[in-house]
Amino acid sequence: MSAPNNGATSGRLEARFAALAAEGRAAFIPFIVAADPTIDATLGILKGLPAAGADIIELGVIFSDPMADGPAIQAAGLRAKAGGANVRQTLAIVREFRAGDDTTPIILMGYYNPIYIYGVDDFLRDAKAAGVDGLIVVDLPPEEDSELCLPSLAAGMHFVRLATPTTDDQRLPAVLDHSSGFLYYVAIAGITGTASATREAIHAAVRRLKNHTDLPIAVGFGIKTPEQAAAVAQVADAAVVGSAIVQLIADNLDDNGQPAENLVDTVLDFVRLLADGVRSARPQAAD
Amino acid sequence: MTTEHPNSYRSGPDEKGHFGIFGGRYVAETLMPLILKVEQAYDAAKADPSFQAELDDYLKHYVGRPSPLYFAPRLTEHFGGAKIYFKRDELNHTGAHKINNCMGQILLARRMGKQRIIAETGAGQHGVAAATVCALFGLDCVVYMGTTDIERQAPNVFRMKLLGAEVRPVTSGTATLKDAMNEALRDWVANVEDTYYLIGTVAGPHPYPAMVRDFQSVIGTEVREQIMEAEGRLPDTLVACIGGGSNAIGLFHVFLDDSDINIIGVEAAGHGIDTGEHAASLTGGRPGVLHGNRTYLLQDGDGQILDAHSISAGLDYPGIGPEHSWLHESGRVSYVSVTDEEALAAFQLCSRLEGIVPALEPAHALSHVARIAPDLPADHLLVMNMCGRGDKDVFTVAEALGVEL
Repeated sequence: MSAPNNGATSGRLEARFAALAAEGRAAFIPFIVAADPTIDATLGILKGLPAAGADIIELGVIFSDPMADGPAIQAAGLRAKAGGANVRQTLAIVREFRAGDDTTPIILMGYYNPIYIYGVDDFLRDAKAAGVDGLIVVDLPPEEDSELCLPSLAAGMHFVRLATPTTDDQRLPAVLDHSSGFLYYVAIAGITGTASATREAIHAAVRRLKNHTDLPIAVGFGIKTPEQAAAVAQVADAAVVGSAIVQLIADNLDDNGQPAENLVDTVLDFVRLLADGVRSARPQAAD
Repeated sequence: MTTEHPNSYRSGPDEKGHFGIFGGRYVAETLMPLILKVEQAYDAAKADPSFQAELDDYLKHYVGRPSPLYFAPRLTEHFGGAKIYFKRDELNHTGAHKINNCMGQILLARRMGKQRIIAETGAGQHGVAAATVCALFGLDCVVYMGTTDIERQAPNVFRMKLLGAEVRPVTSGTATLKDAMNEALRDWVANVEDTYYLIGTVAGPHPYPAMVRDFQSVIGTEVREQIMEAEGRLPDTLVACIGGGSNAIGLFHVFLDDSDINIIGVEAAGHGIDTGEHAASLTGGRPGVLHGNRTYLLQDGDGQILDAHSISAGLDYPGIGPEHSWLHESGRVSYVSVTDEEALAAFQLCSRLEGIVPALEPAHALSHVARIAPDLPADHLLVMNMCGRGDKDVFTVAEALGVEL
């Protein structure tokens, strides 16, 4: 698109999508909240994700008022807050992950206020230095592009835009303009971790979006099972699973809210199932 | 702080909904198309004389407007200074200024063909007003209310149910107004097709701050006429309490360009600004982005929103309407704060001296009037917005005073 990409990006996201296109399969993108329930647990999960089949990782940055999130991710945010999460700590987590993995793209997902308070320029500099590849900021529609989207693109940070079932053809060009890295299609009109769209609705939506853009299309919201992830991966370029993984973390805590012994393995086992679903979605990709 | 002095303080917001750096539309993409539709529908309604005529008719015959501008002789004598007038918006149907806005927005929702109305409420006054207009027009009504507020505003909860509304308890966060607003936004995202979000204050994404202000400006418009009739001139000082700030902007807005008028907004200082337990966003907060707009917010150094505290549920919000943030930075309006304790004293004083039991919200405004009135000359005209009546607060006040009912 016409994004003012005057800063060079890390290139990791472009390389990953190019490689997957050559393989003929979609990406699997798991989402977890940074420091849920502890920084160590997050690092344990993050470091295991690529081997478990994660192609790209979305890392949630906490906000006290997550208006687009359902109960599972709201609860994760509260746990993470207790675990010491803030923007600075989240970037430290990315830096440590990056020390051992220089290829798996990391996208930070969250809300604008913590970034605004950190300071946009400082944030972009520090996030880039930590190894963040892109941003998804739920409450910054195109109408507020001057806040963070344009500075991000200028700094070589992908700004991944959300398109939704309410984004009609008339509005879609505004959403696509300045969108970079990939387009995140929110499959339902609703919050995270609640309803699921039908396979037919998702397929129709992805076809519609592909008529308007060459950007890879990721689909998220309401994808909870390997089967659902596979159905998305048949047509989309990536499938995102968040709440189901986050809920699994909630289900594997001890009475004090600390990670149970098998937390990391349990999460990675589930991620493997989801990733296998994505990898098996298109028959030709198996060979 | 910006020190620009615009030609008019009444021309905002700009077409993107900004008052200076404040305001805007910081919402999820799912809501953007709908918010643009609300804006278009409101612009069309504003330009349609039949819309205003219909609204005026309901305001007159259903709400009971105009509300009186009352000279308060005993308080005036008690303070021994300025002439105190109350704008009696507590006499409106449902007992507060909230219905002015609800009546306007419900007519808009009807024009948009929406069958289902959602609202957030703190003290319950907006919830009651929303439930009332929904009953009037036969629309479904869901009110989100924090469980903390449900507890301290039980009479209003029952009133909403009597009016046919469903009150959905909100347990997330501190279970007060901000959390109720989060929950209402989540509902709206999931029900964009048939649902209209009736926001109760001058906050939220554009066009809400401007639209709610316009509907509440009937307060100041009436005051302007009434004070001319009573005194033959404009007032010298205006005072109103501020949570989100809708009653205050409703009184202030038509007077903003009358530069001789001293305009004062009163925030809730709770247990005291220095205790950290307060709801004074301008006095104790800094600019941030929440609930669709940039404005002054109570927040920590990481941009996490802090809990507000006030004895008055209607002021218990960690933000403030963006236009107030702009009026604060431009210096046109002065913002001060009053503690729970000071408000309680004013609550009792007003009850005894004027036979008016004020809501705890305007009791904050009155407490500031008590501070300044004694030092003002006898010909100084001070208008305070008595924006709600205190029936809903008698249990809270009794408890605070240690009285068992």
